[in-house]
Amino acid sequence: MSKHSITIEINGESFTREVDSRKLLIHFLRDDLALTGTHIGCDTSSCGACTILLNGKSIKACTFFAVQANNQKIETIEGVEQGGQLHPLQEGFHQEHGLQCGFCTPGMIMRGKELLEKNPNPTEEEIRWGISGNLCRCTGYSNIIKSIQYAANKLNEKQEEAA
Amino acid sequence: MIPPTFDYLVPATLPEAIALLHEHGDEAKVLAGGHSLIPAMRLRFAEPSHLIDISHIPGLDYIREEGGFLKIGTMAREVVLEDLPWISERYPLLVDTTKMIADPQVRNLATVGGNLAHGDPANDHPATMLAYRAEIEIIGASGARTVPIDEFFTDFFTTALEHGEILSEIRIPIPPVLSGGCYLKVERKVGDYAAAAVAVQLSLAADGSIEQAGIGLTNVAALPTRAVNAEKALRGQQPSDALFAHVGELAADASSPADDLRGSAEYKLTLIRELTQRALRRSVERAQGRS
Ligand SMILES: Cc1cc2nc3c(=O)[nH]c(=O)nc-3n(C[C@H](O)[C@H](O)[C@H](O)COP(=O)(O)OP(=O)(O)OC[C@H]3O[C@@H](n4cnc5c(N)ncnc54)[C@H](O)[C@@H]3O)c2cc1C
Ligand code: FES
Ligand code: FES
Repeated sequence: MSKHSITIEINGESFTREVDSRKLLIHFLRDDLALTGTHIGCDTSSCGACTILLNGKSIKACTFFAVQANNQKIETIEGVEQGGQLHPLQEGFHQEHGLQCGFCTPGMIMRGKELLEKNPNPTEEEIRWGISGNLCRCTGYSNIIKSIQYAANKLNEKQEEAA
Repeated sequence: MIPPTFDYLVPATLPEAIALLHEHGDEAKVLAGGHSLIPAMRLRFAEPSHLIDISHIPGLDYIREEGGFLKIGTMAREVVLEDLPWISERYPLLVDTTKMIADPQVRNLATVGGNLAHGDPANDHPATMLAYRAEIEIIGASGARTVPIDEFFTDFFTTALEHGEILSEIRIPIPPVLSGGCYLKVERKVGDYAAAAVAVQLSLAADGSIEQAGIGLTNVAALPTRAVNAEKALRGQQPSDALFAHVGELAADASSPADDLRGSAEYKLTLIRELTQRALRRSVERAQGRS
């Protein structure tokens, strides 16, 4: 058994905790920090419900040990809303009916965030490819794609206004 | 599922990592992207006593052309190959392969070195590296050695890596002009391992005939497989559908797939026959387009 003291910046706030080396990041977030927005949908690294951003890159928190995140920056669904304002992706899922049960939504939004950062104007095909690691058992994906397109348009409008 | 307990160590240099592997014995394992190892630990297929995380060692994730080779540092993540335009242009087989591996989140962490070191015949890079005739650089306590890819996969989930050694670099010979390649994989769904897949890399002579050809097969035997006779049958020949059909047969002869969840052995042989022909056609087209 080995214990490690780790410090992780999560949604802009620094957390220091003792963890077992075998503790998966998903359990650290949910059980130790009560950040239960990030979901567990499978035991096989396949569903993407646990997607978070590690230094801006989307990864599956169920396939990463908490100790690996020591001194790194993490963003979870809880950090997406800023100052009471929904992020355009959250707004998009709301407006375009991008969820039914909502179980996959946190993962979809975190994945969508990295996708739009890398490619602000994705085609439908690129969005489908981009969320191929996220399973949804309810929506049939069409509205999820519209939700991400909504967010892309909104983010681009904001960019233009700022320019 | 919760993995078994282990100790976690973060070396700052390769020599330190090698020393830690020696210090902690047979049950210590390298942790790279963790996307084969952690799933195996969660299923308790692997129960390492120590994980030596090499991902914080600086300078192991380069991708560059040098001395006649494309050199890939072991920690280069799949996503980087996918995102580099010059790799897409010059190494289409490599990029085809990367894109067929898992999904975007997995590719953000998975490494090329780990994909080979795992020795899984279902992984996609082994066949591709066979087709490219790559070499593997391995570093141990007594220095570096180079292993041709044909000698790297030694048994089911077993490679030429000895305990206490680290795969440090993958070297792909820079293809000559008039070269092309292609990876074709049939999977049940995005992110799945191959039911069967074929990697082709070839180069053409000035008269349009096939000068060199490499063909690697994924997940149709206990080891990643080179279709030796299929390669021989191509050499010196003008590309034609009849030739490719014959070579597809020879590639199927080199395979010994088993019935499993991904399909019957017969189905997989049919896939190899067909995918080989299609991959050859596409590779020739690509070679012709690049003069
Ligand atoms: C959902 C899912 C789907 C996947 N689908 C595919 C797929 O379709 N095709 C495919 O090819 N792969 C697939 N993978 C596997 C993925 O590509 C792995 O990441 C890869 O096989 C291993 O790379 P890694 O860096 O994660 O290695 P790790 O998991 O860290 O290591 C794997 C093994 O190699 C050893 N090792 C790693 N690096 C070194 C080194 N430098 N020197 C010595 N030993 C080393 C480790 O000790 C371990 O035994 C999938 C994985 C997941 C989770
Ligand atoms: S919980 Fe399903 S991929 Fe992580
Ligand atoms: S909304 Fe229910 S799983 Fe996606």
